[in-house]
Amino acid sequence: MIGEGAHFEFIAWAYAGAGLVTLALVAYVVWDARRVKAKLAALDKAGIRRRSAGSSS
Amino acid sequence: MSVTTAKQPNWFSRLAHPGQFLNWSRYLIWPLAILTAIAFALGLWFAFYNSPEDYQMGDMVRVMYIHVPNAWLSMLVYGVMAVAALGTLVWRHPLADVAAKAAAPLGAVFTALCLYTGALWGRPTWGTFWEWDGRMTSELVLLLIYLGIIALWRAFDDQLKAGRIIAIVTLVGALNIPIIHYSVDWWNTLHQPASVFTATGPKMPPSILTPLFVMLIAFTLLFALLQIVRMRTEILSRRAETMTRQAALQGDAK
Repeated sequence: MIGEGAHFEFIAWAYAGAGLVTLALVAYVVWDARRVKAKLAALDKAGIRRRSAGSSS
Repeated sequence: MSVTTAKQPNWFSRLAHPGQFLNWSRYLIWPLAILTAIAFALGLWFAFYNSPEDYQMGDMVRVMYIHVPNAWLSMLVYGVMAVAALGTLVWRHPLADVAAKAAAPLGAVFTALCLYTGALWGRPTWGTFWEWDGRMTSELVLLLIYLGIIALWRAFDDQLKAGRIIAIVTLVGALNIPIIHYSVDWWNTLHQPASVFTATGPKMPPSILTPLFVMLIAFTLLFALLQIVRMRTEILSRRAETMTRQAALQGDAK
């Protein structure tokens, strides 16, 4: 088990930084996916559809 | 009785069609998200509560559990982009440039995290955050290549044309990957030689290797999950662009 010995602050900064950046990356990817889905939904609502909408999903 | 003579597309072509990809990939997202969360929970438990101190580095060995997976992913993601670049140039695969564009920011983040955790590991171990040695410099070059590729994607309006140009840049940049991997063998560096991915197998005890592999799996699953979500987003984004353009053209025609 980890102890608060020498260099503890380096371990804490490494895990905190990596955790924050990884969570920010996940949040960005989810936000971007939702943004694009909302854009498509708005286009659909405005009556704009793909020409090939019937042939594939 | 009718006989079908037209050649049917093979299973790979069917799976790789953007519309088909959207259909089948949606079933992977939640299972992958759950597996990733479990792998991270297990990996962090091992890293903090169930792994011993190193006889030389002490507790600093725990930084390795996040540094090595990010270093591995920095190269793996570039490998995925290089294969996608071949897919764009050689096979004109419809999902290849989508995969390459989706992967670039993920690779950049993993590379930045590798450099960040490496610097924090280096200070107490080597006495410095940074040294211009072969391994660290080539990893920094990889980050700059990722950033350059991301900038190139943003510089072009025509994403298909951009895909072909960036594929060439990506393949040229792939020369850096063996340099990163073999830098510790080719040059006398501060960075330790390879101790996980070696021809003779890992040079570590199982008590340290187990948390490392669990974290490697966790980060690799995270990449797979984010890559699928980003590819889906890119396909839908291109659809939205096409629809907007079609609507504009129809508006002009009226």
